[in-house]
Amino acid sequence: MLAFIVSRLLQAIPVMLTVSLISFAMFAYVGDPVTIMLGQDYTEAQREALVRELGLDQPFFVQFVEFLQNVLRGDFGISYRLGRPVADLILERLPATLELALTAALLALLIGVPMGVYTGLYRTSWLSRVFLSVSLIGVSLPTFLIGILLILVFAVILGWLPSFGRGETVAIGWWTTGLLTASGLKALILPAVTLGLYQMTLIMRLVRSEMLEVLRTDYIKFARARGLPDRIIHFGHALKNTLVPVITITGLQLGAIIAFAIVTETVFQWPGMGLLFIQAVANADIPIMAAYLMLIALLFVTINLIVDLLYYAVDPRLRSGLVASSGR
Amino acid sequence: MPLLDVRNLRVEFPTRRGTLVAVDDVSFGIEPGEVLGVVGESGAGKSITGAAIIRLIEPPGRIAGGEVWLDGRRIDTLPPERMRNVRGREIGAIFQDPLTTLNPLYTIGRQLAETMRVHLGLGAKEARARAIRWLEEVGIPAAAERIDAYPHQFSGGMRQRVVIALALCAEPKLVIADEPTTALDVSIQAQVVALLKRLCRDHGTAVMLITHDMGVIAETADRVAVMYAGRIAEIGPVREVVKRPRHPYTEGLMGSIPPLSRRVRRLAQIEGAMPRLTDIPRGCAFNPRCLRAFDRCRRDRPELMATDGPNRAACWLHDPSSRDLARGYAA
Repeated sequence: MLAFIVSRLLQAIPVMLTVSLISFAMFAYVGDPVTIMLGQDYTEAQREALVRELGLDQPFFVQFVEFLQNVLRGDFGISYRLGRPVADLILERLPATLELALTAALLALLIGVPMGVYTGLYRTSWLSRVFLSVSLIGVSLPTFLIGILLILVFAVILGWLPSFGRGETVAIGWWTTGLLTASGLKALILPAVTLGLYQMTLIMRLVRSEMLEVLRTDYIKFARARGLPDRIIHFGHALKNTLVPVITITGLQLGAIIAFAIVTETVFQWPGMGLLFIQAVANADIPIMAAYLMLIALLFVTINLIVDLLYYAVDPRLRSGLVASSGR
Repeated sequence: MPLLDVRNLRVEFPTRRGTLVAVDDVSFGIEPGEVLGVVGESGAGKSITGAAIIRLIEPPGRIAGGEVWLDGRRIDTLPPERMRNVRGREIGAIFQDPLTTLNPLYTIGRQLAETMRVHLGLGAKEARARAIRWLEEVGIPAAAERIDAYPHQFSGGMRQRVVIALALCAEPKLVIADEPTTALDVSIQAQVVALLKRLCRDHGTAVMLITHDMGVIAETADRVAVMYAGRIAEIGPVREVVKRPRHPYTEGLMGSIPPLSRRVRRLAQIEGAMPRLTDIPRGCAFNPRCLRAFDRCRRDRPELMATDGPNRAACWLHDPSSRDLARGYAA
């Protein structure tokens, strides 16, 4: 088990190196930082001085190593636009995005899985048909439209929920949370639903098709022939066998939710990383873009590791290499 | 009174192009402790008959007629929840492919214990102790350690032993074994059949042994039912059916087994193929392939009838009115 984790971590190193190389290359190829920093008027001497000061006269490889050292120390440079350290900016925004994304993912799982099980078990019931039709809307409507529709109904017409922002937040160390105040929770509902709806329908459809598949297998038939109650067959035997693909998709989708919450954050003016990133793109604020890229890569690598560990927990066949000798 | 009494069972599969009759008017009984072999080609309806008895036919297939009695109680009309208590507890089942019949995510011990807890109301400890005893009984070495192993850690033959333990662990009176050895290595088949036979004799369990392997039947069964195109062609004591088949189809089946005593140039075979369920011929379903068919065979469908021996056969040759032909047949 430990060997497995270590090997996966070692595999993650080249991935992260590649991503940081791409991030670093952005500095060299997307705009010229020297020109940006010097502004309109400068002499050639000033330019050369700055180049030397920034270390830009060094070979590419040396610069890259220096960049890596800085990154490892948590130094991602200074935002061109905001003039503040990028690491601070991201840490400020990270809690908002993580809270939104995790709430959305949780919502998607807690509603999507039971709906998937239900529609898989009772294929022909009218409620299943309703679920499936509604899920089509979730899959096909673009996120921004859902967000705007929700704002229209619940914020504008009904006036129940706020249409933008994060509400009041409470600081716990550097982490600011909106989960502890009423206004923070209220502000979370609409964006979380908007962000989670697509994932929910995706998970529902996935669980449904996996359930249909598993219910046809011999071991489910055999479980029925053994006279086990439906409850045990459906939730103990069938659902557990659908989990491996569900975990995979949920993991990937969680990464996607965090990385691409941009649209939802824009619609709801949610002060998260997505909003920070979209503003950085608009202003060619390369240090933020580079840091964001690396952070998201790290996130995906971490999620993949967790997903792999969950496979191990769920499916004993994947463990067989470790149990060794006791088999066959 | 027979333990299992199947009367005029009929199973239909509605399709777009009309209703297929997979099992047509099948009647037979199994005595307590008896082994009834059911043979036939693929698609003859033997597996569906077995599935119908425990009411596990895949939809849209359905029981369209007939009755199933177990131990003097009619079970084909039981409500689903009561039927669930019959499955496993009173009728065990063994499936063909041991590689797919066990849930890959649970240890074999858990699957055994779960079955016994549901049916026998045992506590966790007692169920585990009995699970170990069952694994020992089906010949799993080091049962006390292997109980916590997962199915993929066993070979096919060992898994089928586990399946047999699962089928028998709630002490049913009848086991329906559907091709229990077909998916196994030939070298393992005999062991598994011998094990099944010994266990059922020890526990007094009756067996409905569905197979297309006449060798297995000859070795194991007390009586045998030969199925053809959804109907029973012949039924009787196994010796009699093997040595003196009364139905031309059974005769063809037996003739196709090559004798060990002498060399044969070419294996005997029955010309043609079993008809599809969509176009079963009028009269006797076997008549287009039968060398002894006569007018009546193409006109009327024969029911099982008495023959000159203990077998009963669905063949007009045994009808009193066609005695002349029958005499010719016997000669």
